[in-house]
Amino acid sequence: MVKKITLLAIAGIMATVSAPSAIAGWTPVKPVEFVVMAGKGGGADKAVRLIQSIIAENEMAPVPFTPVNKAGGSGAEALVHVNGRSGNDHTIMFTLNSFYTTPLRQPKLGVDIADFTPIARMAEDTFLLWVHSDRKDINNMADFAKAAKAKGKDWIMAGTGKNSEDNLLTDFLNGAYGLQMKYVPYKGGGKVAKELAGKNADSTVNNPSEQLGFYEAGTTKALASFTDERLPLFPNAPTFKELGEDYVYYMQRTVVGAPGMSQEATEYYQGLFKDVFNSKKWQEYRTKKSLQGDLLQGDALMSYWMKERDVHEVMLKNMGAIK
Amino acid sequence: MLEILGLLADGFTIVFQLQNLLLIIGGCALGLFIGAMPGLGSVNGVAILLPLTFLVPPTGAIIFLAAIYYGAMYGGAISSIMLGIPGASTAVATTFDGRPLAKQGLADLALTGAAFASFIGGTIAVILFTFFAPPLAHVALVFGAPEEFALMMLAFATFVGLGNDDLFKTLFSICIGLVLSAVGFDIISGEPRLVLWDIIGFMHGVNFLVLAIGIYGIGEMLWTVEEHVLGGGKSMMSEANVTVKRTITNIKLLAKTWKATIMGSFLGYFVGILPAAGATPGSLMAYGIAKQISKEPEKFGDGALEGVCAPEAANNAASTGSMLPMLTLGIPGSPTTAILLGGMVIWGLEPGPRLFVDHGDFVWGLIASLYAANVFALLINIAFIPVFIKILKTPFTILAPVIFVLCLIGGYAPTQDMHDVWLMLAFGIVGYLMRKLDYPLAPAVLAIVLGPLAEPALRQSLIISDGSFSIFFNRAYAGPIMVVALVLLFLPLLKMAYNKYQSVRS
Repeated sequence: MVKKITLLAIAGIMATVSAPSAIAGWTPVKPVEFVVMAGKGGGADKAVRLIQSIIAENEMAPVPFTPVNKAGGSGAEALVHVNGRSGNDHTIMFTLNSFYTTPLRQPKLGVDIADFTPIARMAEDTFLLWVHSDRKDINNMADFAKAAKAKGKDWIMAGTGKNSEDNLLTDFLNGAYGLQMKYVPYKGGGKVAKELAGKNADSTVNNPSEQLGFYEAGTTKALASFTDERLPLFPNAPTFKELGEDYVYYMQRTVVGAPGMSQEATEYYQGLFKDVFNSKKWQEYRTKKSLQGDLLQGDALMSYWMKERDVHEVMLKNMGAIK
Repeated sequence: MLEILGLLADGFTIVFQLQNLLLIIGGCALGLFIGAMPGLGSVNGVAILLPLTFLVPPTGAIIFLAAIYYGAMYGGAISSIMLGIPGASTAVATTFDGRPLAKQGLADLALTGAAFASFIGGTIAVILFTFFAPPLAHVALVFGAPEEFALMMLAFATFVGLGNDDLFKTLFSICIGLVLSAVGFDIISGEPRLVLWDIIGFMHGVNFLVLAIGIYGIGEMLWTVEEHVLGGGKSMMSEANVTVKRTITNIKLLAKTWKATIMGSFLGYFVGILPAAGATPGSLMAYGIAKQISKEPEKFGDGALEGVCAPEAANNAASTGSMLPMLTLGIPGSPTTAILLGGMVIWGLEPGPRLFVDHGDFVWGLIASLYAANVFALLINIAFIPVFIKILKTPFTILAPVIFVLCLIGGYAPTQDMHDVWLMLAFGIVGYLMRKLDYPLAPAVLAIVLGPLAEPALRQSLIISDGSFSIFFNRAYAGPIMVVALVLLFLPLLKMAYNKYQSVRS
């Protein structure tokens, strides 16, 4: 009996908690499946778990958001899964640039990203060129080019997966500076950072968030940045634009809804993620990890995707990864 | 040295705050349960509870999550021993001998052994952690792809070179495991591969737990059903009792396993500190080596106590070890520490070389909490052993469906995909048939765990060396490890040749 009363009391409290938001329009009625296009512990996964805690801490939603990692096939598994949840209002996904490249490289999946519901671009991650701090002879791009050229194909660039973002950037560097760096793929940016710090690799093109620990410890240093403007955290690393190479590259960190999501649900998630974007914790995270890119939503986000997809198609063709 | 002790003492003052003590006890108890539930390993437990940790300060949060991680290492052994279903991936090796012991009515011995071995492994590891963190972090840092591959070769060699199993059946079993481990995705080329029959579910590969729960959980069920129905046996039930006299005998028996336990502790710790390896390979390797150094290797698989103690010591030691690269290098040493790293992001801490300097309270509070967590987890575990034994006395007709449901949950939980449940059932049937035909199953499990670690390491090394295998021999750490591995690997062949020579001569 006592148990029953307690249960009723809990149910009552929960009803009153969720009631006010229910007046404001559509709200999720069951836990929201938050698919992550990458494995547990990577950059995207960390961001999702941060978002999950921001939503829970500030009681922004009446239901929990449950991260589900589907990393298989460079995110192909996640894309197919969410594509199959067409018309579902309780499935959203956190994506990276594999959102463009995976459907391009695997047309058999039958996924068209134009079908997905644009919710919010939360940030764009940046890339820098890193070397070990013990390389006293390398302090700028000219030094780098000289040292890498001297070592020829024994210069090892560590990155995450063949034909990944890191591979695109390596190809650019090889082409622009006449180098023959050897690209060695590892699993995850953390591992890549470690290979550089342990001197098993000569350079990396990691995101700041992946290399930050070693940078702060003075083990690795940044030479140049693949951004439009210099990053506040790394004021001494010039952009490739300044160095005369017209090359910028970013990694999106974006929340996507299942195809055919209802208008009401779309508006709800757009409002929710706007609040998350503006929360103190997310802004702190952006500053700390040197993230760029403003909040993009709705049609603006869709046209950004279409533009980026075209850019990636050209890049993949140049690499010979697709025809 | 004195400085470290001072820092550790500071850590203990944090641990002995009432809130933190309660967090450790609560975390250990919860972890024990999470670990004992098939499929709900420490990875899931920590991931589920992570977003709630903003309720306490970061030090309290990490202490709580580490206690769960830790408790789960103890808990994983419980269902492995009692039901033959690995409670977590880290406890698979415990099934090999824990389950046969339970069938012989010695469940109390196996459970006590697992608890004490876990305690010893955990304690040795945390002492090593306290005093040798910086030099060991350096070893982890310089350990590149060739070293990783050499280590994996050593692990395979310990299983192949065991001698008393049929060599060709062992190799066959390893090959099956390796093929399964290759399913899904190729990290090096970034392309999907071996997506069998184009079924999307194979894209995430064959989850190791799906195989382990299938062949041990479901396979064991089928096996027992057969014995029960045909033989009228009572094999699922245990004759074990908990009396003071038995406990004393048990402790005497346990004292004899010290070599395996100590070996497992050190091995587990060193495997744990290497990035990306973690507690599962650590415990499997400890099992293999325990068999190698045992005086009675033929007893392994039929209820050797050392076969329980070595992997249990190793998985606890490895879980502590895997926190080292997490804290000092900012890279995970195991899947669970990968989630803990995510937690540190939420709490606004930057893991990496600066953490010890900038957030000494956090680090030393965590280290001190591991000492405490070991004691509490042991006490809780020991206190519950009589309860577990009672559960084992449940009639088979009731226990069997419960185990079956637990297996299904265990197959579904890691990926939340029905595909894996079907796959698990299929593995159960195949595992049962392989057992009928006397194929050893442990090597297949080892291969599916180590395959995904060994393959990229091999290919990365060969990319670096332009295809030359000399890279495995001309490096300071890789060379010696590789030589030992090759010697172990060819030992059975040499033995065979020698025996042949002897018989020809006579």
